[in-house]
Amino acid sequence: MATVTTSAGPARAPRRSRTFGGGGPLVYGLAAVVVALTLGPVLYGALGGFRTNEQLARDPAGLPDPWVFSNYQGVLTNDAFWRYAVNSTVVAVVTTVVAVLFGVMAAYPLARYQFRLREPLFLVFVLGLLFPAAVAIIPLFILVTRDLGLGNTWWGVALPQAAFALPMTVVILRPFLMAIPRELEEAALIDGASRVGVFWRIALPLSAPGMITVGVLAFVASWNAYLLPLLLLRDEMRTLPLGVADYSTEHSADTAGVLAFTTIAMIPALVLFLALQKRIVSGLQGAVKG
Amino acid sequence: MAQTGAVAPAAPAAAEPVARRAVSRRATGHPAGSGGWRKRLEILLFVTPALALMAVFVVWPVVAAVRMSFFRWKGFGPMDDFVGWNNYALVLKDQVFTDAVMHNFVIVVLSLLVQLPLGLAIALLLNRKIRMRGLLRTIVFVPYVVAEVIAGVVWFQLLQPGYGVVDGLVSAVGLTPPEQGFLGTPSLTLWTLFVVLTWKYLGMAILLFLAGLQGVPDELYEAAQIDGASWWQAQRRIAIPLLGPTMRTWAFLSMIGSLQLFDLVWVLTGGGPANATTTMATYLVNQGTARSNYGIAGAASVVLFVVAFVMAVLYQIFVLRRDTTEAR
Repeated sequence: MATVTTSAGPARAPRRSRTFGGGGPLVYGLAAVVVALTLGPVLYGALGGFRTNEQLARDPAGLPDPWVFSNYQGVLTNDAFWRYAVNSTVVAVVTTVVAVLFGVMAAYPLARYQFRLREPLFLVFVLGLLFPAAVAIIPLFILVTRDLGLGNTWWGVALPQAAFALPMTVVILRPFLMAIPRELEEAALIDGASRVGVFWRIALPLSAPGMITVGVLAFVASWNAYLLPLLLLRDEMRTLPLGVADYSTEHSADTAGVLAFTTIAMIPALVLFLALQKRIVSGLQGAVKG
Repeated sequence: MAQTGAVAPAAPAAAEPVARRAVSRRATGHPAGSGGWRKRLEILLFVTPALALMAVFVVWPVVAAVRMSFFRWKGFGPMDDFVGWNNYALVLKDQVFTDAVMHNFVIVVLSLLVQLPLGLAIALLLNRKIRMRGLLRTIVFVPYVVAEVIAGVVWFQLLQPGYGVVDGLVSAVGLTPPEQGFLGTPSLTLWTLFVVLTWKYLGMAILLFLAGLQGVPDELYEAAQIDGASWWQAQRRIAIPLLGPTMRTWAFLSMIGSLQLFDLVWVLTGGGPANATTTMATYLVNQGTARSNYGIAGAASVVLFVVAFVMAVLYQIFVLRRDTTEAR
C-alpha cells in the first residue's frame, strides 16, 4: 500500500544528493552498446521500410539511399491494412473496457468490505494468474465457435481476452483501492450515499491512475495478442499481428514491404506505452511489492 | 479508458469537502451499517460479472481440456470414445512432446542464468546519475512493448542465412556463419530463439529492478560513501541484497512466461527445424488444430498446466515464502 504512494513520483529520484556521481567513458560506452543492441532491430525495420528490396539485398545493414516512401505509402493505402487496424482497435478497446470495469468492480469489495470469504476470493484471482491461456486454448476455440457462435467476431476474441486479463487487473487494482483514505467513503456514507454510490463517485475516480495502468496493460496485451486471434479470426476479421504474420509469408520476396508493414503495426502500442510509462511503472511496482 | 479519464479531474474537488466533514463526525462511530443481507447483495453485485466471465472463459475451458484428455475425439460427433489415461501415455511417450518440455525448461533455466545477471547489471548501470538516464530507461523498455509476432518477423529477416544482417555481422568479426543459417541449423536454433527472447524480455527485468533500486534509501549510499565504500561495494552490499524480493518476483514471472512460450516460436521457426524448437504450447496447438487430435491436445494442456502449477507452488513454498515471513 505504502509503495503505491511513494512510487508515484519517480521524478523525485534525479534530485538526490550527489552520491556516487555520474559515469566515466566506460559507463557511457556500455550504455551505448545496450542502446544499439536494443534499438538495432527496431531501427532496421523502420529504416528498411524506407529502402528498396534491391538496396536491402545489396547491403542489409545500410541506410536508405535514396529514401523511398513507396513502401509505407503502399501499406497506408492498403485496404487490408486498415481493416486489420480497425479489427485490432475494436478488439483491444472492448477487451480493455470489460477487463477494467469488471476488474475494478471485483477489486472494490476485496479492498473495502469485511467478509469471511474475502481472502479465499482474492486467492481465486491470484490463482487465475497461473492459468496460461495456452492451456485452455483448444476448448476455448470450441466453446467460442460452436457453443457461443462467436467464431470470427470481435466479441469472440475480446471476451476471453478480458477474462484472462482480469486476474492481473484485480491484483494490481486492489492495493490502489485500499490506498484510498477510508474517511472519504465513511463521510459519504454518513451523508446518505449508498455503497454503490460511494464506489461510483469516490472509489472509481480516485483509482483512475491504477485503472489507467491496468487499462494500458490490457490494451497492449490485446493489441499484441496472436494465439487466440490465430485460432478464432479469419480473412476480413484478422487483427494486425495476424495480418503482419500472413503478409510476411505471402510477400516473403518483398522484404521492404514487410518491414514497412511491421513498423506501422507496432506504432500504436509503442506510443501508448511510452506516453504512460511512468504510470505503468508505478502501478507494476505497487503490484510487485504491495 | 475514455470514461476514467473524463471522471478523474473532477474527483479530488468533489471529495475534499466530504473529507473535512468526516473528521468532525468521526466520533459518531462506524457508519457502515453492516446489514447482513444488503452487504452480501452488494458484494455479489460487484464480484459476479468478473467471476462469471472467468468461469465461462477460463475455468470452463480448463475443465473441458481435462475432460477432453480422457477421450479419443477428432472434433466432430459425440465425445464418447473413452480411453482412460491413454492420451497421457501417448503424449508422454511422444519424443516430440518430451523434447518440447525439455525446450521449455532450457528456456526457463537460461533465462534465470543469463537474464538475471544481465538485467541486474544494466539496471545498476542505468541507476547511476548519468546524462539522458530517463531516455535510456525508455529505450531499454521498447522491445517489451513490441508484439512477439512483430519481433519475430523482424528478427526472421535479420537472421536470414547468407544475406541477413546477423550473418553479415558474424562474418565481419571473422567467424563463419552456419551454412543453413541460425534458424535452420537444429543445434543452434534453440539458442538463437533464446537470444531473441532475451532481446524482447530483458527490458521487463530492467524495469522491475530499477523500480526496486529506487526503493533503496539514499541515506544508505551516503553512509557507505562516507565510510569509504566504492561504488561496486555499495551495490554488492546494499543495493543487490535489498533487491532480493524484486528479483524473486521477476524470476517467478519469467518462469511462468517461459513455460507458455508460443507466439515467437510460431512465427520464427514454427517449432522447427526438425522439431528443434517445439514448446508445450506449440505442440498442443499443432495437435489440436492441424491434426484434430483433441484428446492428445487436451492431455498436453493438462501436463502443461500441472508443470506450471507445481513449479509455482514449489517456488511459492521455497522462495517467495521468505519474503512474506521476513516482512512480518
